[in-house]
Amino acid sequence: MGHSGKDRSVTKQAKVSRRTALQGLGAAGLAAAAQVAPGAVRYAQAQTSAPIKIGFQVHRTGIGAAYGRWYERTTNAAVKLINEAGGIGGRKIELIAEDDGTDPKRGAEVVEKFATQHKVDVVFGTLFSHVVIGSAPRAGELKMPYFVVSEGHHVASGKLNRYVFQPGITDVKSQVISMAPWIASNLGKKVTMIYPDFAFGHDHRNYFSEAIKKQGGEAIALIPIPPTERSFTRYFPKIPSSTEVLYHVMVGPAVLTFVKELGEHFGSKRPKIFGFIDSLEAVNLKSPGLDFLEGTYFWEGYPRYAQANQTDADKFYRSKVGVDDTGASLSDPKDIATYSHMFGCWETLYVIKQAIEASGYKSATLKDKTALIEATEAMKTFEEGKEHPQGKKIFNGKIHQSFGHQNISQVTGSKLKVVHRTSIEDGMYEAEGDYTKMSL
Amino acid sequence: MDFGPYLFLAFLEGTVTAAVLALTAVGLSLVFGVMRIVNVAHGEFFMLGAVFAWWCTSLISGYPALGFLAALIVAPLLVGAIAMVSERLILKRLNYNPEGTIVATIALLYIIQQLALIGYGPDARPVEAPITFRIVFPWFGYAGYKLVVVAAAAALLLATWFVLTRTRLGLLMRATQYDRETALAFAIPVDRVYAIVFAVGAMLAAVAAVLIVPIQQAHYLMGNDPLLLSFIVVIIGGLGSIKGTVVAAIVIGMSDGIISVFMTPTLAKIIATLLVAMVLVWRPQGLFGQTAR
Repeated sequence: MGHSGKDRSVTKQAKVSRRTALQGLGAAGLAAAAQVAPGAVRYAQAQTSAPIKIGFQVHRTGIGAAYGRWYERTTNAAVKLINEAGGIGGRKIELIAEDDGTDPKRGAEVVEKFATQHKVDVVFGTLFSHVVIGSAPRAGELKMPYFVVSEGHHVASGKLNRYVFQPGITDVKSQVISMAPWIASNLGKKVTMIYPDFAFGHDHRNYFSEAIKKQGGEAIALIPIPPTERSFTRYFPKIPSSTEVLYHVMVGPAVLTFVKELGEHFGSKRPKIFGFIDSLEAVNLKSPGLDFLEGTYFWEGYPRYAQANQTDADKFYRSKVGVDDTGASLSDPKDIATYSHMFGCWETLYVIKQAIEASGYKSATLKDKTALIEATEAMKTFEEGKEHPQGKKIFNGKIHQSFGHQNISQVTGSKLKVVHRTSIEDGMYEAEGDYTKMSL
Repeated sequence: MDFGPYLFLAFLEGTVTAAVLALTAVGLSLVFGVMRIVNVAHGEFFMLGAVFAWWCTSLISGYPALGFLAALIVAPLLVGAIAMVSERLILKRLNYNPEGTIVATIALLYIIQQLALIGYGPDARPVEAPITFRIVFPWFGYAGYKLVVVAAAAALLLATWFVLTRTRLGLLMRATQYDRETALAFAIPVDRVYAIVFAVGAMLAAVAAVLIVPIQQAHYLMGNDPLLLSFIVVIIGGLGSIKGTVVAAIVIGMSDGIISVFMTPTLAKIIATLLVAMVLVWRPQGLFGQTAR
């Protein structure tokens, strides 16, 4: 058996003749030439009219796919608008999307591909925190400006590098700090936390436990769940009966199962429930089995349902991205948006535009990139409007992080109604690092 | 929660896991037992079952029970057909060579998974349960449908056992498993038996997936976990032994349920894998397996 196998492989190897080898070489050469040619021609054109290339690292597949789909729609809508208005400093945006499979290893490869093959000017759009953490070091080594839309605290922690920015969305630490006082004074002080067992969930665990303690409360039980989990009932007995508030934040393809099983477990005899809308992003609130959520509360980055005091900017943004007043796609009412996160793509693209224009960036040279990084770091505020429909942001250039308003909504008649909006100051904290002191 | 109810919930969860796992693993074990093929694509047949179930129920919208019943019949048939075609096109041509078929079924795994991604998309889609009721225990509530799954899986396992031991087809399968050469000498159409066994193995996985999909949602990556657990079960139970597979599924399912509730699900997986290592060291043929003749 083993012998005959060996013999066969030997004969096969011998069959590779000089002619086939030469043919193979020739084909490879041709392919290489074909790949180089279009890029070379374009490069020869006048540099100032060449498009700004933005590499879009997107979770088209893997556990982040629902987010990825909406990140892509939002991004395409914003790019179209910017291009219609004349582009960035007179140059059109050329968006190059690459799927990273919501996988940290592939994430780093995608960043590399953007830098070496597509030769983009900036990379943008990553969401899942483990992918950001996996990709950011490579972006730093390649000296590639890397704008993430992730929420995680890793950028603001000062532990990544000078090329990584998060100007379009508030980080988890800031979100939970601004939620804790409201939870402690309106819902209760003994909190049990359920969160995904990776960087993003650990941010929730670390910073919320700390924040609720400052309010005289306590996180009495911590229940981590692997993000690829598909069944959750077995975790629920760990919720102590003395729990006053159940704090949940879940991600991945099984979020609907998670919330449904929570309802099956508790029924009407439930503690007060405060969730991050992540547990229900891309999920219809009217799905069967979710009635028990009536009266519970959710953090929302950006209210999914158009509120009574809807701004003109929100009307404009909704219509351009293709989302109706209930947060569903205009073309398919079953397709629910990831409304609390995807605005970050829109706003980040406008920040990139502003930074490139302010820095006088021309091409991907170290000098221009340095100017771009420094111009981004010098930004202070982004005013509410069509470019920043979620609301005003204060940007801290030292930690490359934006701070904005957060919302608390109550489920009322299977819709989310905002009952509290925090001030930006509610979510401020002492900077833990300073990227501007790092070398470029 | 008190210890009693806690253990009770763990027991319930373990039973559900064990029931579905037994069904899936019996399919894998059957294919190995009769054909001597390690089917690495088994988990993808499971996934396809769930995806087809979603497709059936979305075609017949408005009547979740009717759509689900249709799925229970259509999905396994479709998956069985796909399995049979791939058996004819790939495994037969490899002459059922043990090494060759492993590589081929690995390739099949990726092909099916990527086709599902292209055709069905990357999202997890829910399938409504045919009946929804909540059993209220004094300490917690439990989805009644989960107990329906256990009953249905047990019935299907009994049916499989009946086919294998009491019908002519079962006899042919067992004869082929016992000694292929002699079966051929007795004019048993071994070639056709192989095609049928491969299809039936895939159909068992598919039907398990149809049962579980109202609990878990259909997703193109959902085949990975059942594949791993099925292999663990089949190795512990003894490759090719149906009885061993069912016993091992109950042991692994229960311990998974109970350990995950009291400790963590990751620890449950670690212990299951450790058990496999132990079995391989001290009883390589598995608990109920026979040593190779």
